[in-house]
Amino acid sequence: MSNPAIEMRGITKSFPGVKALKSVSFSAYPGEVHALAGENGAGKSTLMKILSGVYRLDGGAVVVSGEERHFTHPLEAIRAGIAVIYQEFSLLPERTVAQNIFLGREPTRFGLIDHKAMNAEARRVLALFGSAHRIEPDTVVADLDVASQQLVEIAKAVSLDAKVIVMDEPTAALNEAECEVLFGLVDTLKKRNVAIIYITHRMREITRLADRVTVLKDGETAASFDHVPEPDTIVRAMVGRDIGDFYAAPATPQEIGDVVLSVRHAGNDRLKDISFELSAGEIVGFAGLQGAGRVALAQAIFGFLPFTEGEVLLAGNPALFTNPRDAIRAGIGLLPGDRKAEALVLMQSVADNGLLTARALSGLAGRADATPFTSAEEMNKLLHDLDVRAGSFSQEIKALSGGNQQKAIVARWLALAPRLLIFIEPTRGIDVNAKAGIYHLMRDLARKGTAIMMVSSDLPEVLGAADRILVMRAGELVAAFPRGVSEADVMLAATGEEAVAA
Amino acid sequence: MIQETVGSAKAPGATNSGRLPKINPVFFVLAALLVAITLSNPNFVEPTGYMNFLKRAAPLAILAAGQIYVIVSGGFDLSVGSVITLTVVGSSMLLNNNADATWWVIPVMYAVGLAVGVVNALVVSYLRVPSLIATLGMMITLNGAAFMWSSGSPRGYLPDTFRFFGRVNIQGIPLIQFLPVALLVLVVVGLCLFWLMHRTNLGRLLHAIGDNPRAAQMSGVPLERVRIIAFVVSSLSAVTAGILLGGFAGVSTDVGVGYELQAITACVIGGAQLLGGRGSVPASIAGALTLTAIFTLLNFIGLPKPVRDVVQGVILIVAVVLATYRRNRAGRT
Repeated sequence: MSNPAIEMRGITKSFPGVKALKSVSFSAYPGEVHALAGENGAGKSTLMKILSGVYRLDGGAVVVSGEERHFTHPLEAIRAGIAVIYQEFSLLPERTVAQNIFLGREPTRFGLIDHKAMNAEARRVLALFGSAHRIEPDTVVADLDVASQQLVEIAKAVSLDAKVIVMDEPTAALNEAECEVLFGLVDTLKKRNVAIIYITHRMREITRLADRVTVLKDGETAASFDHVPEPDTIVRAMVGRDIGDFYAAPATPQEIGDVVLSVRHAGNDRLKDISFELSAGEIVGFAGLQGAGRVALAQAIFGFLPFTEGEVLLAGNPALFTNPRDAIRAGIGLLPGDRKAEALVLMQSVADNGLLTARALSGLAGRADATPFTSAEEMNKLLHDLDVRAGSFSQEIKALSGGNQQKAIVARWLALAPRLLIFIEPTRGIDVNAKAGIYHLMRDLARKGTAIMMVSSDLPEVLGAADRILVMRAGELVAAFPRGVSEADVMLAATGEEAVAA
Repeated sequence: MIQETVGSAKAPGATNSGRLPKINPVFFVLAALLVAITLSNPNFVEPTGYMNFLKRAAPLAILAAGQIYVIVSGGFDLSVGSVITLTVVGSSMLLNNNADATWWVIPVMYAVGLAVGVVNALVVSYLRVPSLIATLGMMITLNGAAFMWSSGSPRGYLPDTFRFFGRVNIQGIPLIQFLPVALLVLVVVGLCLFWLMHRTNLGRLLHAIGDNPRAAQMSGVPLERVRIIAFVVSSLSAVTAGILLGGFAGVSTDVGVGYELQAITACVIGGAQLLGGRGSVPASIAGALTLTAIFTLLNFIGLPKPVRDVVQGVILIVAVVLATYRRNRAGRT
């Protein structure tokens, strides 16, 4: 092998009260994909932020192309050929693709920006990925879908002549088809001799892409492989133990009770002629591509973007709600996919977040610590039972990890004992251990008689956790599968194509 | 609630940060200022000294206690100064020097305040006008209305029955010798607003809609209803402040000028988050007392009114900067 494009030796970094990295070494060679795996909080992002000059290291050395460097600003790292593509894009939504690619270094002609040259160069870079026709340089970024935006980010890195590209969980916001496009891009970059550091905790992506794998745990290198080992080996290194019962056992026929929700020929401008039933005690997974209408369906049932036609019955009563408040009163709960934007009140305490809906449905002048649904004391006990890890439940929820935040939101709904609980992307941004916790929690709820609707883009999760799988495509329900169906069959139904490579 | 210390090596630092500080710094600042005032004017520790201070601070304190409702819910209420003006001018017009009319004029003024609050909230909620603009429009409108109503030269005087609340001191109280009615009003209003904000569901829901309105809505919070109450509380507190001010000052069309910004400044000094989600009634009242104490001190030193304005502006900015700085430090993980 040639010399490494970057090499990090014995990196140590502390934050007040936390030792984030303990003597971690990591390298990436030109033309390879080095996967960096680990749970949330394992130190992956910290390590990459040191590489890209966002943080300064306390000990160790960063060597770029054989030369030791001390970056004090991200710009220095970019100039040295290190580009990072974060989960949250740094594109300016109201600017065009070309303007974003050349942000801050626009080609000029007589002191004015040379739009023609800029667009031509942008087109050339995009063509490297075979997407010159799919993405026009003068399209406004906000009009692009998430995968295309990511492509623009990558194009930007390439046009900067990056030698090392760090991708931080790049598939987090992508659907299956978009993931394939991204994987193709990674292959192209590899051929162009770029060193790629690929952060993920999805085993499938590691198997598909990686040449080498390094696993971090609690700020230390838990394992490092010069080949790609079995997924189980990686998971064991990530969690430090086996996960035998990752998903909970499915429902037995006796556990499935009466029909709770019955939707008949319902629709609105995004949904067409939807009919299905949900019973007490079962978890029904909704699969489909991004934009297939799964979230729209959940929001319609919840009254957020209501149905305009058809009939919905909840436990036999008409249930065409036009706002969430009415739906909640009738016994429907919804855990949004975007926790930060739609579920959490970040500045409030963990307990306040748990109590929010109970308070919202109680009299405004009623005591905040003793609602008809639950009391502050009961909520503390519930949070404790759900194993929400916090220094104190009166601390701001902001400081908690994604999994703990999600459990606090689950507590919010448990306090109301809903008949139907809708989970949208229940484990997005949650680490492996906490994921298993959420699956078991869903199953426990179902066992107690709640009907559970689970919308998820993580297909293995749908297959593993649900008792039944309904597939949506373009606003319609197109297929229903029992438990045990293959990933390929679901994908076929979801894409509607005859020949999908599974 | 301190469980799990084993196996939580993930981010031990995160568990300590973000916790609210035990005592709001505004109370220390206020105490320091009161000491400074006492040093420059020893008479301040006499009942006439501190009682008059509290009496003078009462309208602003009430106003701040109302304003904090709107700020916590994620808005601003700039119309309160004009509500004060309208209350004073409108009362003098309606009373028309007739002392017996007080009993119905005051309820009429509260009804006007209620209407102003409801209109503010409806414009913000349903017409989706940012509260800064909606209440600015209301401020200009009401100032104009007060001017038109009085034809620019308010006539008459407010009778003593009306001025009772702002002006009268109840005499012969042991220890403190006398108790201004205005202070009594402040205590009653302060306790009510404290209870409503910090003990009831309404208070928690106000925090929620100011923190994240979309999440609040998805959690079943009746956004519009809560917002209406916030603006109504603010407007009614302005009417109350107007009645007190009518008691000390004469009738003019500029009694309320500048009060909206003083109230917001007081809330910010009290540590309120300017875009909503955090704030406290006692701290806002303390903020109002702090602001009044600063003005009193500047007055003792003999600085003119323009200097006072400069100081208020600087305080507003410094308070926001300090609050942001403190939050950033606390929020870092």
